[in-house]
Amino acid sequence: MMKFRFRRQGADPQREKLKQELFAFNKTVEHGFPNQPSALAFDPELRIMAIGTRTGAVKIYGAPGVEFTGLHRDTATVTQMLFLPGQGCLLTLLDDSSLHLWEIVPRNCCARLEEAHSFQPTSRPGSDGASGPPCLARVTVVLLVAEGSMAALGTESGSIFFLDMPTLKLLEGQTLSPDEVLQSVPGDYRCGKALGPVEALQGHLRDPTKMLIGYSRGLLVIWNLAAQCAHRVFLGNQAINKILWRSCVSGDHFIIFSGGMPRASYGDRHCVSVLRAETLVTLDFTSRIIDFFTVHSSQLEDEFDEPQALAVLLEEELVVLDLQTPGWPALPAPYLAPLHSSAITCSAHVANVPAKLWARLVSAGEQQSPQPAPTALSWPITGGRNLAQEPLQRGLLLTGHEDGTVRFWDASGVALRLLYKLSTASLFQTDCDHSDSLAQAAEDDWPPFRKVGCFDPYSDDPRLGVQKVALCKYTAHMVVAGTAGQVLVLELSDMPSEQVVSVASVDLLQDREGFTWKGHERLSPRTGPLPWPAGFQPRVLVQCLPPAAVTAVTLHAEWSLVAFGTSHGFGLFDYQRKSPVLSRCTLHPNDSLAMEGPLSRVKSLKKSLRQSFRRIRKSRVSGKKRTVIANSKLQEANAQLAEQACPHDMEVTPVQRRIEPRSADDSLSGVVRCLYFADTFLRDATHHGPTMWAGTNSGSVFAYALEVPVATAGGEKRPERAVEAVLGKEVQLMHRAPVVAIAVLDGRGRPLPEPYEASRDLAQAPDMQGGHAVLIASEEQFKVFTLPKVSAKTKFKLTAHEGCRVRKVALATFASVACEDYTETGLACLTNLGDVHIFSVPGLRPQVHYPCIRKEDISGIASCVFTRHGQGFYLISPSEFERFSLSARNITEPLCSLDISWPHDTAHTRLQESPKLSQANGTPGVVLDPQKHDGIPDPVLSKGADTVEPPEASLSPMSIDSAISADTTFDTTGDVTVEDVKDFLGSSEESEKSLRTVAEEEARTRTILIR
Amino acid sequence: MNRSHRHGAGSGCLGTMEVKSKFGAEFRRFSLERSKPGKFEEFYGLLQHVHKIPNVEVLVGYADIHGDLLPINNDDNYHKAVSTANPLLRIFIQKKEEADYSAFGTDTLIKKKNVLTNVLRPDNHRKKPHIVISMPQDFRPVSSIIDVDILPETHRRVRLYKYGTEKPLGFYIRDGSSVRVTPHGLEKVPGIFISRLVPGGLAQSTGLLAVNDEVLEVNGIEVSGKSLDQVTDMMIANSRNLIITVRPANQRNNVVRNSRTSGSSGQSTDNSLLGYPQQIEPSFEPEDEDSDEDDIIIEDYSGF
Repeated sequence: MMKFRFRRQGADPQREKLKQELFAFNKTVEHGFPNQPSALAFDPELRIMAIGTRTGAVKIYGAPGVEFTGLHRDTATVTQMLFLPGQGCLLTLLDDSSLHLWEIVPRNCCARLEEAHSFQPTSRPGSDGASGPPCLARVTVVLLVAEGSMAALGTESGSIFFLDMPTLKLLEGQTLSPDEVLQSVPGDYRCGKALGPVEALQGHLRDPTKMLIGYSRGLLVIWNLAAQCAHRVFLGNQAINKILWRSCVSGDHFIIFSGGMPRASYGDRHCVSVLRAETLVTLDFTSRIIDFFTVHSSQLEDEFDEPQALAVLLEEELVVLDLQTPGWPALPAPYLAPLHSSAITCSAHVANVPAKLWARLVSAGEQQSPQPAPTALSWPITGGRNLAQEPLQRGLLLTGHEDGTVRFWDASGVALRLLYKLSTASLFQTDCDHSDSLAQAAEDDWPPFRKVGCFDPYSDDPRLGVQKVALCKYTAHMVVAGTAGQVLVLELSDMPSEQVVSVASVDLLQDREGFTWKGHERLSPRTGPLPWPAGFQPRVLVQCLPPAAVTAVTLHAEWSLVAFGTSHGFGLFDYQRKSPVLSRCTLHPNDSLAMEGPLSRVKSLKKSLRQSFRRIRKSRVSGKKRTVIANSKLQEANAQLAEQACPHDMEVTPVQRRIEPRSADDSLSGVVRCLYFADTFLRDATHHGPTMWAGTNSGSVFAYALEVPVATAGGEKRPERAVEAVLGKEVQLMHRAPVVAIAVLDGRGRPLPEPYEASRDLAQAPDMQGGHAVLIASEEQFKVFTLPKVSAKTKFKLTAHEGCRVRKVALATFASVACEDYTETGLACLTNLGDVHIFSVPGLRPQVHYPCIRKEDISGIASCVFTRHGQGFYLISPSEFERFSLSARNITEPLCSLDISWPHDTAHTRLQESPKLSQANGTPGVVLDPQKHDGIPDPVLSKGADTVEPPEASLSPMSIDSAISADTTFDTTGDVTVEDVKDFLGSSEESEKSLRTVAEEEARTRTILIR
Repeated sequence: MNRSHRHGAGSGCLGTMEVKSKFGAEFRRFSLERSKPGKFEEFYGLLQHVHKIPNVEVLVGYADIHGDLLPINNDDNYHKAVSTANPLLRIFIQKKEEADYSAFGTDTLIKKKNVLTNVLRPDNHRKKPHIVISMPQDFRPVSSIIDVDILPETHRRVRLYKYGTEKPLGFYIRDGSSVRVTPHGLEKVPGIFISRLVPGGLAQSTGLLAVNDEVLEVNGIEVSGKSLDQVTDMMIANSRNLIITVRPANQRNNVVRNSRTSGSSGQSTDNSLLGYPQQIEPSFEPEDEDSDEDDIIIEDYSGF
């Protein structure tokens, strides 16, 4: 210990330089679906889409791999977003009434999203209009007018303010007050004294001087900006939230709307109706609709819109329908993967996936999903260019879910893509068939509902939840372990098959007496031959008894062995012979809590006890008060004083922490935390052989020497002889902290390769000459012990020095940016404070550490997965993985450009000057191939992009309008977009109620009228 | 105190010191060089030699100036015995298997005769109820104040030795704030404090820690800037050999050193922190070596 300290103090400049070449921390990309989306925008010219969230994040997506991320400094909800068409600029309105202009700016060789200007309204803008002082307090809506050179802000006070674009400077004296509007409105259209807040603003399609204003009291005005008078006036009611009208060459126009459902009972459904000629489909989603748009021609000279696709942003997913293919099938999205379609319960990363396995997984995935017709549309959102190199290696991210599925994601690049989904539920008898009958009953109804989307957070049976996953990438063998102690061994098959799954159970309690399991029952498997589609097909089911959740699992395909552990013990199973090899109980005799059931029960018991005690104490206090009140005045005064003092005292009572070493009989000490297979020296220094290692919550490590029959040369499978396991070593760490990982290091101090890796020449063969060592990582310290004689060699006491505890560890290979061949093995460690540390191996010397996750983000810390090449993933929300890299060389981040035609020269120069603001991804990217692309948008290439045109032709489909009534007469020759943003803006309930005057039945007739 | 004795002894005799050793009924007399007493092992050998009991395990005791029978079993107490002997060092030797441990003790001068007679006539001693104190080698340290020489007087570094599980460490910590003297004047800073001592626990039984003592360091690592949970984890991780530096809430029992001007024992403010931290750190490193190498490793099962 002392030695290391001294060495660390004398920082060796050469080592420091090497560290800089090896390690660098970058948060690179967010995978998955933005949590709590609140706004959507689409630029039909550049074909890019923006999504804003309730936490102030802005994400722009184009072609696969084209992604830009920005984060507002204040965590406010993005309520509205508008693209300045063709300019790569996005105007955002937050619910704190601030406006921000974001620009996609070329930086180095690729483009980045940066905030250029912002506007925060002050309570007094200082304009003295003749008709009362207009107050720019709460901005409700925003609209780009006059060819995008001005922005109109609708406010809660009913006034409309104008800002200069793109500087976001308030244009004094142009403010349009409600009184001004009222003066030019006929008397019978004046609903009440005031018009109410501005709810909607919408530009005129052909005449840029006209603007439609919708007030919350129901008045709609088409205002002529040039003449300063009302052009037309209507009264509106709400029933339809948003409607799009799109013309087609064939004459049958598309009408797409949300809301306006025929029955009040459909109020809890999330529907978008698509109507074309006689075809009506009501898309029935599983989560709330945020907004939708169509991808269509935006060329002015095109007479018809010819919508290609409909994109609907829902609270939990993005659904895109191909409107050109009959049946309007859904298009699989190349990004925005709904990771959380069922809650993620575990994840694992597999690096360097062999091409063969990759192809087989892709093919299995293709067989799962209906194949798109050959004429089908390709992904319609195509803006920007992905400049990232093809990934050098294939990476697979596996996520286990609450509903018993395992999803295989292509994590090689920036866009996380679902390759294949494995479901284990069909092996078990669960009562999940009732949902189908419900769906059928609904189908008899009008309108014709069609279920769309895959977000389904409801699990049929919590016992199906996947707890641990392990995959052998060479043999395509896999083990999936779940909440009810089920351990499934699966094998990838390219053909569907029908077969019987053999079932075995392993009693982990053995002959321990006096324990009763109070948790859930084990799952009952379906018997007889079962049909399995192509993909991973179960071969063996092992059920742990008692059926507690599996806490650790490991697989060795070369030996056909699977090891698994629960809170009661661990077992070893030979899946070739389908026979158990070993089971061992790890329970401490005094540990009765482990028997009660799932962990949460234990916690909740303690909690409920604490709560009931508090309740008792409270009731005593209040009882006292009541008696005091009845007494004399003096006592009353005293009581008042006491009452004042009482809450004060409660605040002062400090949180205390007990200082006591862990004892052997702490509850849940028997939980098996990690399992590991290694070919190493356990018996003596001359003979190595298969070993199995298990670590528990109480700092115990068990090492078994295994006798595995050796496969004859050329033979794939090992001979049919029983595997034997003999306990070789038992280590009890004195500090008794939970053992989180075990790894054996070879003679050169490198971790042993994975099974088959060396024998198939895919990794350097381990050094079997020099002395091996075992690295045991506990929650408090790392220690390297010699083998076969176990004696401590090096250690690092993390908790004793830093006061933090180990949550996740992994061995990773770090390659140098300076020298391609130079690599080092490091121990990456995530602590309970959310920091990532890297230690040298086997010296265990601290190298670098970085803050990574907020320490309060417990689920983020718990979800972290490290890859073998120094990257990592953790959940930043239930639906998003943040990807980070610790390696200076191995970085996966978006590298993309956008070809922007600059409408004004001034705008271009200003962009160059714009100050760089901090961003979510504000990290310098490593250019893999700098000569391939330069930062300046190429005018030739931008011509090639599908839409480049003068800005006056563009009118954002996000423009906004208020509710329409049946007698609305719109000029519908062009592209009309009518919508009500009330729901999206979350305006006051009162104004919403005032508009809800029309019954749902009337709404139906209105939809027909529009048709 | 011991300083004055050393001084007195030095002036009394010229270099050599008379030793009178008794084993059973036999006495031996010999002399030792006071300035170079040598090691206990050598002295032990010498005693075995002069009494002609080379292979007999014995316990060695001596009568100190108060007449207490005190053991000699290591270099420290041997040197102490030599340095305090005035003028004669009286040694009492017992066979280990016949040893009467209760004879050792810190009885007062008045009981001197009785103590010695007890040793001489072991059957006598049962009449008097003694506090039974076992041999020092059977003791183990429970706690100690360490690094007094390098710490400011207002601080106390306490080492708690936790063996087995029979006695809990028995204390709790909490968040709080303390007032510090900084270049900008008085400043309130967050700190960690001892909030509770469990009756009968190790912490309470040592008397070295008290409620409201501010915890400044845990095993040489400053706790400032660390959360309560971090400090808790650090303490638990070091619980087998816990060294905590505290600023006692009660500043009256501080060790006053000669080297510094005394009189700072009152409610002193802590400006010393600024001057000292560099010195504090290194003294801990050696402690780490022996702390937890004692992981239990069971090897060589029947199968091997």
